[in-house]
Amino acid sequence: MGMIEAILLTVITAATPLVIASLGELVTERAGVLNLGVEGMMIMGAALAFAATQATGSPYVGVLAGIAGGALFSLLFGFLTLTLVANQVATGLALTILGLGVSGQIGEPFVGMSGIKLQPIVIPLLADIPFLGPLLFRQDLIFYLSIALVIGISWFLFSSRAGLKLRAIGDNHASAHALGIHVIRTRYLAVMFGGACAGLAGAQLSLVYTPQWVENMSAGRGWIALALVVFASWRPWRVLAGGYLFGAVSISQLHAQAFGIGIPSQFLSALPYLATVVVLILISHNRRVTLINTPASLGKPFVPDR
Amino acid sequence: MRIELEKRPRPSALLSILSPFLALGLTVIAGGIMFALIGKNPVAALYGFFVEPLTDIWSLHEIAVKAAPLILIGAGLSVCYRSNNWNIGAEGQFIMGAIAGSIVPVVFHGWHSPLVLPLMLIFGMIGGALYAAIPAFLKAHMNTNEILTSLMLVYIAQLFLDWLVRGPWRSPDAYNFPVTRDFAREAILPEMIASGRANLGFAFAILAAIGLWFMMRYTLKGFEISVLGQSERAGRFAGFSSRRMIWFSMLLSGALAGLAGISEVSGVIGKLQPIISPGYGFTAIIVAFLGRLNPIGIIAAGLFLALTYVGGEAVQLTLNVSDKITRVFQGLLLFFVLSCDTLIQYRIRLVFSRLGRSSEGGAH
Repeated sequence: MGMIEAILLTVITAATPLVIASLGELVTERAGVLNLGVEGMMIMGAALAFAATQATGSPYVGVLAGIAGGALFSLLFGFLTLTLVANQVATGLALTILGLGVSGQIGEPFVGMSGIKLQPIVIPLLADIPFLGPLLFRQDLIFYLSIALVIGISWFLFSSRAGLKLRAIGDNHASAHALGIHVIRTRYLAVMFGGACAGLAGAQLSLVYTPQWVENMSAGRGWIALALVVFASWRPWRVLAGGYLFGAVSISQLHAQAFGIGIPSQFLSALPYLATVVVLILISHNRRVTLINTPASLGKPFVPDR
Repeated sequence: MRIELEKRPRPSALLSILSPFLALGLTVIAGGIMFALIGKNPVAALYGFFVEPLTDIWSLHEIAVKAAPLILIGAGLSVCYRSNNWNIGAEGQFIMGAIAGSIVPVVFHGWHSPLVLPLMLIFGMIGGALYAAIPAFLKAHMNTNEILTSLMLVYIAQLFLDWLVRGPWRSPDAYNFPVTRDFAREAILPEMIASGRANLGFAFAILAAIGLWFMMRYTLKGFEISVLGQSERAGRFAGFSSRRMIWFSMLLSGALAGLAGISEVSGVIGKLQPIISPGYGFTAIIVAFLGRLNPIGIIAAGLFLALTYVGGEAVQLTLNVSDKITRVFQGLLLFFVLSCDTLIQYRIRLVFSRLGRSSEGGAH
């Protein structure tokens, strides 16, 4: 395997959790709900996936546990913000703080254990294509899911009736309600979908990216995923592109060290966070573009009158 | 069963006082259930967590030590949150304040003067404020979301501190440990009373909270903060500038977080090291909400969350429970606070019958 292939493989592995978590948040935000708890749901997914894999010996059970755990955890956010109309920003932060605490508790018995890695699934014939084969068709289940999610979500949002309803809720929940669309029910589903995606992204971290449990191993990726949604102006294909860009930035430190470039490792580790800030500035300084793209009801609570 | 909300004609004054206590009660109950689930006697565990630390003088000092940064940061954040500026990067401003304040005792360690300590505190505040100025500038002039930028800057500050203490600022006589040289005596924040470790940082915290309470309640600035927070449009009609408010609230909370940072380093740790905070900047967010964004309430809330740190350490020793339980408690507490706040604005009704709902639907 060539050098370029090896580098691209690490980019894909680093980008996949960002893409998946970001896609989930994209759907949640398109329904008008701002869930800042991505980091918390992601780390819960990572801890539960690792624990379930250790308990059963099967990383596939781990993947399911990550998805289910993320979705259930997000219900807590849904209950507070949708049923009790609590402040979405504060509740999202609460979800992150709680997730970091609970995941530390769940993961404690597993600290220092070596995990079980999710093995690649080789797709016959396609995997033999030179260069592209090993990159795209000898990957693990979660990578294939990430691509399927991009395609599925863009179809759902822009070509299906249910997706149109979801976007209508995100843009004007009062009108959507008047048209007889179930605002709260749809938002619950969107929040849970976001949670499931964040949980799957977490499972990727503890089963593929670094198959072990380390406290706080999500290391701000949930927040970067949130920034990616803004960067992608709420469009799935742009999330894919942005995710790979960030993946490339975040692994650059490993390769820079391998090449012996004399920059302190801390500066290189800071690059993804710095890149996030820079990208946010570039994308948001044009107020009009931001206004057009942002779901108009984003972050606003909805209480139906009776 | 469904839950329906009915808006109260006006917010309930009684519940706005009771809701934090309700949240505390629910957290304690949830904590008891959690201890029972991991096989510990819940009564003994809760006693060890919440009561025992209050019974000896050493723990009381520890509570004051840990409450100081929480109150300082939380009081600053309350001004931000009331004016709708979501600074969640106080942890980074805390670190940058600690670094800026440490310039004097680390770089100019040969200089001995009674001016050292005051200069350190001022540098600390400037450092925190300048670091908060980044998200403030980006929000006020580039329209960039302050939540994400202030949080990203936390990670950058942590890495910057890590680089400093492993690189240029590493002490020549620490056997390669990643620490700076120990601060000289005149760079140490004095203790308040002779009986223990609590230092002047706690006094700063109380003074800052009372000062901010006065500002919010009796000055035009305080009025401006609440008007702009509730409606930017209304504030504009009153001639208030939301752009100036972004600068004011962010610089203020950054300076207080920076003061907390240099007080912690000077009064508690005595040098810089890679980790100088057990997440004070994030826990202070809980403090701000538990105190209902009121600086006096924040003093009480800060003391309570300091108790969860000390109690967590206590049960770790006596009952062999992981200290991670503290983070879980803190997270649960914020959830209960936010849920109970709903009661202030809304009446909650549980609707049990499906039948009633469907016949109602038929009548439309």
